[in-house]
Amino acid sequence: MAAPSPLPPAFEAWFQSRGWSVRPHQLALLEEARAGRSTLLVAPTGAGKTLAGFLPSLVELAGREGKAGGKAQGDGLHTLYISPLKALAVDIARNLDAPVREMGLPITIETRTGDTSAAKRTRQIQRPPDILLTTPEQLALLVSHRDAAPFFASLKRIVLDELHALVTSKRGDLLALDLARLKALAPQVSAVGLSATVREPADLQRYLGGAETPAGLVTVAGGAKPRIGLLDTERRLPIAGHTTQHAMADIYEAIRAHKLTLVFVNTRMQAEFAFQALWTLNEDSLPIALHHGSLDATQRRKVEAAMAAGRLKAVVCTATLDLGIDWGDVDLVVNLGAPKGASRLMQRIGRSNHRMDEPSQALLVPSNRFEMLECRAALEAVHEAAQDTPAPRLGALDVLAQHVLGVACSDGFQADALYEEVRTAAPYADLTREDFDAVVHFVATGGYALKSYERFAKLRQDKAGLWRASNAKVIQQYRMNVGTIVESTMLKVRLGRSRAGRPGHSPVPKAAGMLPRGGRVLGEIEEYFAETMVAGDTFVFAGEVLRFEGIHENEALCSRASPGTDPKVPSYAGGKFPLSTFLAARVRAMLASPELWHSLPEEVASWLHAQRLKSRLPQPGELLVETFPRAGRFYLVAYPFEGRLAHQTLGMLLTRRLERARMRPLGFVCNDYGMACWALGDMSAAIARGALDLDDLFAQDMLGDDLEEWLAESALMKRTFRQCAVIAGLIERRFPGQEKNGRQVTMSTDLVYDVLRRHEPDHILLKAARADAATGLLDIRRLGEMLTRISGRIIHQPLDHVSPLGVSVMLEIGREAVHGEAADEILAEAEAMLTEEAMA
Amino acid sequence: MTTREAFMLGRLAIVPDLSGALFLPEERTLVVADLHLEKGSAYAMRGVMLPPYDTTATLAALSAAILRLRPARVIALGDSFHDRQAEARLAPQTLAALHLMQQGRDWLWITGNHDPAVGARVGGESADAIVLGGVTFRHEPDPVETGYEVAGHLHPAAKLRMRGRALRRRCFALSPRRCVMPAMGAYAGGLNLRDAAFRPLFREGLSAHLLGDGRLFRIDPRLLLPD
Repeated sequence: MAAPSPLPPAFEAWFQSRGWSVRPHQLALLEEARAGRSTLLVAPTGAGKTLAGFLPSLVELAGREGKAGGKAQGDGLHTLYISPLKALAVDIARNLDAPVREMGLPITIETRTGDTSAAKRTRQIQRPPDILLTTPEQLALLVSHRDAAPFFASLKRIVLDELHALVTSKRGDLLALDLARLKALAPQVSAVGLSATVREPADLQRYLGGAETPAGLVTVAGGAKPRIGLLDTERRLPIAGHTTQHAMADIYEAIRAHKLTLVFVNTRMQAEFAFQALWTLNEDSLPIALHHGSLDATQRRKVEAAMAAGRLKAVVCTATLDLGIDWGDVDLVVNLGAPKGASRLMQRIGRSNHRMDEPSQALLVPSNRFEMLECRAALEAVHEAAQDTPAPRLGALDVLAQHVLGVACSDGFQADALYEEVRTAAPYADLTREDFDAVVHFVATGGYALKSYERFAKLRQDKAGLWRASNAKVIQQYRMNVGTIVESTMLKVRLGRSRAGRPGHSPVPKAAGMLPRGGRVLGEIEEYFAETMVAGDTFVFAGEVLRFEGIHENEALCSRASPGTDPKVPSYAGGKFPLSTFLAARVRAMLASPELWHSLPEEVASWLHAQRLKSRLPQPGELLVETFPRAGRFYLVAYPFEGRLAHQTLGMLLTRRLERARMRPLGFVCNDYGMACWALGDMSAAIARGALDLDDLFAQDMLGDDLEEWLAESALMKRTFRQCAVIAGLIERRFPGQEKNGRQVTMSTDLVYDVLRRHEPDHILLKAARADAATGLLDIRRLGEMLTRISGRIIHQPLDHVSPLGVSVMLEIGREAVHGEAADEILAEAEAMLTEEAMA
Repeated sequence: MTTREAFMLGRLAIVPDLSGALFLPEERTLVVADLHLEKGSAYAMRGVMLPPYDTTATLAALSAAILRLRPARVIALGDSFHDRQAEARLAPQTLAALHLMQQGRDWLWITGNHDPAVGARVGGESADAIVLGGVTFRHEPDPVETGYEVAGHLHPAAKLRMRGRALRRRCFALSPRRCVMPAMGAYAGGLNLRDAAFRPLFREGLSAHLLGDGRLFRIDPRLLLPD
């Protein structure tokens, strides 16, 4: 080496002993760190991102006191590492240990997670390690600690891993606020963000460096292009549905031909189905396992360990394995169903072949014809390395409330100073002073116009104007409720003692399947899913067909269904992630360009040709609306391509309007591409004679009064409100009195929502919930943008029969209709079923 | 106005009202249960700042029922106040509204487990129970009662599922001998009718009358689901 190495000799020697040479981006980060600059590192998987992130810290720590072997303790915390996953933090700590040990560096590295003992936590505050690895929630707790100021005073570096995945959620909002706090507590600190390829690195640079002082950027070019195939199967591609049943035999063959295959799906239901289907074919008894977020944690750990040990041939998994940890030598990634977004697909494909210079291998398996279009679009996007990173977030007000309480729990704050600090966090750059003050008052006393809680205030201002937590109980309350992840109410799935018959398949092949008395817990399901079942219904869970027996307290009791039972396939099998705007635009463009169809399978191309002949093809920038009669009913099908959530909201609002137009709508279904609703009234005829105007029907003002009226009773809105209320600290995660003890009278947040909506509709928490609804479960923002885009560009196509595209929409979701939410109609129907006169 | 359906408890006619109150036409009496006034501020004392409008909302519902049915007597069937200090926390204007409602009619506070004693500040009289037309009105239903009874305490609610949607509503639970009334308090939760607590009270069966948005609905108990 001619030029003097920028690395200390010990590091140089270590790289050489490994047969490595330090990479340019690793040196670039070293340079940036020495200059005290924050930097975003964008690099593909396998580029040595983690080492690049830590190298500056290791070099600096090794050089303390002039030489290695110097004082390793007492200098305070040097580097903080934040990962979205606890397991990833633990994994990175282990990986870092190798260079530190091999170079004999006097550097202490520790993790701090929910599993860290109380004694160790205390010790970590008193005598911090040099490098601490943790999660956003634990960071929030540290920042609210009464010793936060001295603890962080020495901090030099922050390493943020998987930053692209963190920033798109409320967790990212919370982390941004904590970063702003850290920069205030340790002005000398610089941060490095590690990210997969993103379309708009500038958004991440702002997030990392601050709204006004974006971080620098180091990009590592591409790596080998992935080899992605679309499954070429002999079998017919279904018109609709999400099971991918048609492709299972081919997938099984692919698994057989590879060392370790990850089969990604979008929902837990699809995971269960695919797992079941593969085992039906598994004549060779290949070790195929299942991994999803609802499975019991110990079972997931077993699967992960088996993967790492090379004992598995394939794992069927959901987004739980999207991120971070390399559990094994994956050489094929299969994506079942539509990818929903180009970035998500890239992330998943990157799970295979973790060496940058070797291509990843992936196989896309669309489950229906629309998904074939989507897979094609995603494939092209990946080849152009185009990404669909969502727009940067506007910081959520409920998260801000949690942060404000946290800061009050540590040293307290002056409102002016905290307002300025908060606005340095990119998501909160545009926060108004009015909203900030409303949040502070909300935290202090609930922030109600009726100021009756002043004497119970949680925050009080001292004489100097400093806001502080009123008492120790407030601090304790805060610490119990920190974090932004609010799970829907979950029920434990308990499998009662089996009567007879062999178990289906355990999620971990050959796992010790103990059956303790009273049955074992298999995992958890959402309460609302359990609510849709009645005793005797069968469903697939943890790889077995279970018979639902009933709900007891917080458990769904099940028994094993008799062998050969077909599960009742759950009605909701659609994707959890809505189709990204970016992919939607590509699918629209492909539909409108017959010259591109040659790349599609014959049956898909002829499906589109038939659509062109029998109806028309939706063109970009317009909204195609078809109406036609069918079996005594009248249908309206629209193709907005805005994702399932936005379509569901559209369907709810549209049926209200059709009701008013006396079209007597009966229900609707939707998927990611379109929405179909049906009525007793002849909509084609009504449009022809001018009694129904499509421009009026789809007018943007549906997002005004109609929306407000619907939100008043919408179950989705109430769920959204509950999440905001929990995050903001209005109610505790475990509401006092919510511990179910049989005779407990429970109180729901729905009651709080009703009262607040009626008496103070402008309250800051309702504002937060509406903002959530706009982008979350109701996706109102996207619907609004669509309505604007298509305004005056609605193309009506009356038909005699359902069109080829229309069939694919109408066959969605097990043909189950979503009805309006008018409670009295439902009650009236139930009343009509009165069969027994209990009273004369 | 729709004709209201009356039921007989012995010789006493009772009419469940959409507001959750029970009207006794012959006695010109309105019965309400489990108002839980000042429940919001009880939570606020513990640092849970629920919207402070529950008392206003509850009294508004009560007031509307009084204006509509013009009773000569109002019976609040216990747990009218969420805790013993609740009376002291009532805002002056709330007290005034309450006193206004009491004018020109008898007002009886039946005591409950949350409010074992009722103070003079809130007007009216108080008792542990009262008998009208051969029916005992008390807070907590008594499983060994051999006569007729109207009670509250349990906050009955019923859940059903139709067309893929689950609904949970407050309800009256009725049998030829007994009526358990829904809670009227804005923040009063509900206990599912399928809960074991109702079993000893309705051994001969019951009918459930659910509070809808526009009217009451009588639902076959076999359609009702546990939580």
